[in-house]
Amino acid sequence: MVKKGEKSIGKIKGLSIQFLPYSEIRNLDSNNRIKKILAIVLGNNILILQGRLKVDEEARLIGDTMAMIGYVKDFKGIELAVIEGNDNEGMIDKMRKGVLNMISGGELGTITIIGPATIVKEIKKNPRKIELLLNK
Amino acid sequence: MVIKIFKDFFQRIFSSLFKNKKNISLGFYGPPNAGKTSLANRICKDFTGEEIGSVSKIPHETRTVQFKEKVEIDYKGKKMTFKLIDTPGIATKIDYEDFLKYKMGKKESKKRAKEATHGVIESIKWLDDMDVVVIVIDAMENPYNQVNITILGNLVARKIPVLIVANKIDLKKADIKKIEAAFPEYEVVGISAKYGKNIEEFYEALFKLSKKA
Repeated sequence: MVKKGEKSIGKIKGLSIQFLPYSEIRNLDSNNRIKKILAIVLGNNILILQGRLKVDEEARLIGDTMAMIGYVKDFKGIELAVIEGNDNEGMIDKMRKGVLNMISGGELGTITIIGPATIVKEIKKNPRKIELLLNK
Repeated sequence: MVIKIFKDFFQRIFSSLFKNKKNISLGFYGPPNAGKTSLANRICKDFTGEEIGSVSKIPHETRTVQFKEKVEIDYKGKKMTFKLIDTPGIATKIDYEDFLKYKMGKKESKKRAKEATHGVIESIKWLDDMDVVVIVIDAMENPYNQVNITILGNLVARKIPVLIVANKIDLKKADIKKIEAAFPEYEVVGISAKYGKNIEEFYEALFKLSKKA
């Protein structure tokens, strides 16, 4: 039993984490990639995507998310974080790779986390750690 | 063939003559409440005497793209003319309930949230129309926020020159070193848009960057 003043881990009801290998979206066009991702997130799942979207797809994902707020019941948006495989690389190298990925797609050493804002309060990211904070 | 050589020669001469007189589209991008409008207002007030838009502690005060045409910035005797484009803050989530904390009514909060979502979409659409972009980051916030990285990635992909501004350096919690560490390949200028601190350094960096546009 947890005594008064002690920290407790609250019960998490109906939390679902879905892993999506990049191969599942590799052959899709940008429109269908984003549709697939949003369908998973709208199903109240936290999505862990192998790889990352192209930079323009990331921007489009944000735009499409905004278009859904107010039209999909209880949807307040998403929390999004891309975790790079090699933190020793500078941002410009990552960006260059990002531009290259626009052509080749993927970057499989990277992970993208996307969760509905109703479940994921915040993804705290810094070079040393990543914290996924959930809403109670 | 000879006509073509003459045509190209004169085109080059004319384009170099007018190069420095063009109206450079200067966009202000970043997350909500970073101080984009405060900085755009500071520039506008310094050189036109007018403001571009209103500022507020409540996030998403700017919900439509705001412009100021032909702002001539005079810095150390050099002049450059800009079209200032102040964009709504880009966010991945907008909850109308967040506005209720600022003593805003439910109806007004929902309206603000709806307008804010449209503003984000508009900001993203405008990325293609920029010559130079200033990404404004709140120096007290975590710079590794995905919104900053997505904006920067899209600008790099479009080959648009970028300047990163760490705003609110007048506040104790501001940590410019953290922002410099997050973007080591970019020039980061720490300023206080509200009080005009380090604004000369900003103009110098802006002029240097705009030459690349």
